[in-house]
Amino acid sequence: MNSVIYVMWLRQLKRYWRSKARMIGSLGQPLLFLIALGFGFGAIYQAAGQGNYMDFLTPGIIAMTILFTSMFNGIEVIWDREFGFLKETLVAPVSRIKIMFGRTLGGATVSFLQGIIVFIIAIAIGFRPSSISMIPLAFVYMILIAFLFTALGTAIASKLEDMQAFQLIMNFLVMPIFFLSGALFPLNGLPGVLETITQLNPLSYGVDGIRGALTGAVHLGFLMDFTVLAVLTIIVSLIGSYLFSKIEV
Amino acid sequence: MEKIIEVKNLAKTFRDFEAVKGISFDVNRGEIFAFLGPNGAGKTTTIKMLTTLLHPTSGDIKINGFNPITQQENVRKSFGIVFQDQSLDEELTAYENMEFHAVLYGVEENVRRERILELLKFVELIDRKDEQVKHFSGGMKRRLEIARGLIHHPKILFLDEPTLGLDPQTRNFMWDYIKKMNEKEGMTVFLTTHYMDEAEKISDRIAIIDHGQIVAIDTPKNLKKATKTKSLEEAFLKLTGKQIREEEASAKDHLRGHARMWRSRK
Repeated sequence: MNSVIYVMWLRQLKRYWRSKARMIGSLGQPLLFLIALGFGFGAIYQAAGQGNYMDFLTPGIIAMTILFTSMFNGIEVIWDREFGFLKETLVAPVSRIKIMFGRTLGGATVSFLQGIIVFIIAIAIGFRPSSISMIPLAFVYMILIAFLFTALGTAIASKLEDMQAFQLIMNFLVMPIFFLSGALFPLNGLPGVLETITQLNPLSYGVDGIRGALTGAVHLGFLMDFTVLAVLTIIVSLIGSYLFSKIEV
Repeated sequence: MEKIIEVKNLAKTFRDFEAVKGISFDVNRGEIFAFLGPNGAGKTTTIKMLTTLLHPTSGDIKINGFNPITQQENVRKSFGIVFQDQSLDEELTAYENMEFHAVLYGVEENVRRERILELLKFVELIDRKDEQVKHFSGGMKRRLEIARGLIHHPKILFLDEPTLGLDPQTRNFMWDYIKKMNEKEGMTVFLTTHYMDEAEKISDRIAIIDHGQIVAIDTPKNLKKATKTKSLEEAFLKLTGKQIREEEASAKDHLRGHARMWRSRK
């Protein structure tokens, strides 16, 4: 019966592989951030005695890519609903948990791959990981946030009827998660309220884990990062599975 | 005669709107049963309840002996369905859509390929099996959906306005094929359509539903006799009146409008 999870996973990958425009299009934004911010703020960051900004920024942009791609993959459930394919899966004689799990796994794989591509691009434009042997650890955090945010997107999409709330989610959920995660600036020395917000933001732990593994500068702690993300991923997946299993069309 | 669908006092209320108001009917095994009614009469809502997609507000349903609420998997294995709206994955090829369905329905790997190819041959799509569905015409998509609905050899085939927007050639082809499957495999067919001539030609029995209630249920011949009309269309109009029904545009209709724009952005 794991073949159900497998076909759902495979479907997401095929869709990704076949829409080259989307694949390339979604790399434009991270590339722009890397070049514009990376080189733009590089001199100031250096002058402030913080070291190489490109090295600091790259893990943040990898996390951003995964966040955006994952949320979008999850929210794509609404598109399946609109274009009818969701019904095909909902009347199938298999548990919806498996459908949801396979779908989330597929979406997470896709966004992890996008993260890897950004990682490679960053290396091409000058980013250097501090230790090759730590790269697999960065992958662990990338996979965790990929799964977490795909599941979150799916959970949200299960409760939405149409795409009209999409902008709302982008502006009031995804963007704040990105900007207040430490992806662009260091988290030390922030005003109190902001510090609390960043600590409540799951992406902060992902950014911290990836950055720690790639540059050696870990702020919140590897174990802390891992625990928070793993626990949240499980909770969000459970909530997502429940909501997905309750979908009526 | 053995009953394969049993419906008793089935009702569905959406907030304050009673879409289906306590209907009862049976469908016999091997029968072609048409469910006809004006827009918004409750046809699709009923089909959704029969096929486990919606929870009834009250009433009892038995599909192939199983309860759609407590025995979902058994019910889902018993039927195939062609939805009113298209439900293919357009990014996948015809073959992949079929294969996906076969895996979901647990069709054994050793018979999967053979069965898919055979069905694709029947609906005359074998030459284009490796083409992405987004390049298909409306008629081709419908044929593919029918083929897909039959992969797991369902006992009942639900067809919700399957011929909407199709040319006469495709419609003829479809009904011939469905009739053949019905005779050969003894497959029960439950259909809705707005084309009265089609319903008259193909169905053994017809239920006419209006404002969420069944107003008549009989063979096409008896319906005409009872209403003293010459065609099913006249009988239908006599039973349901000539007033045109207004349906509120749903959020979905709005969305479809800007769907295209979004797709090109994606």
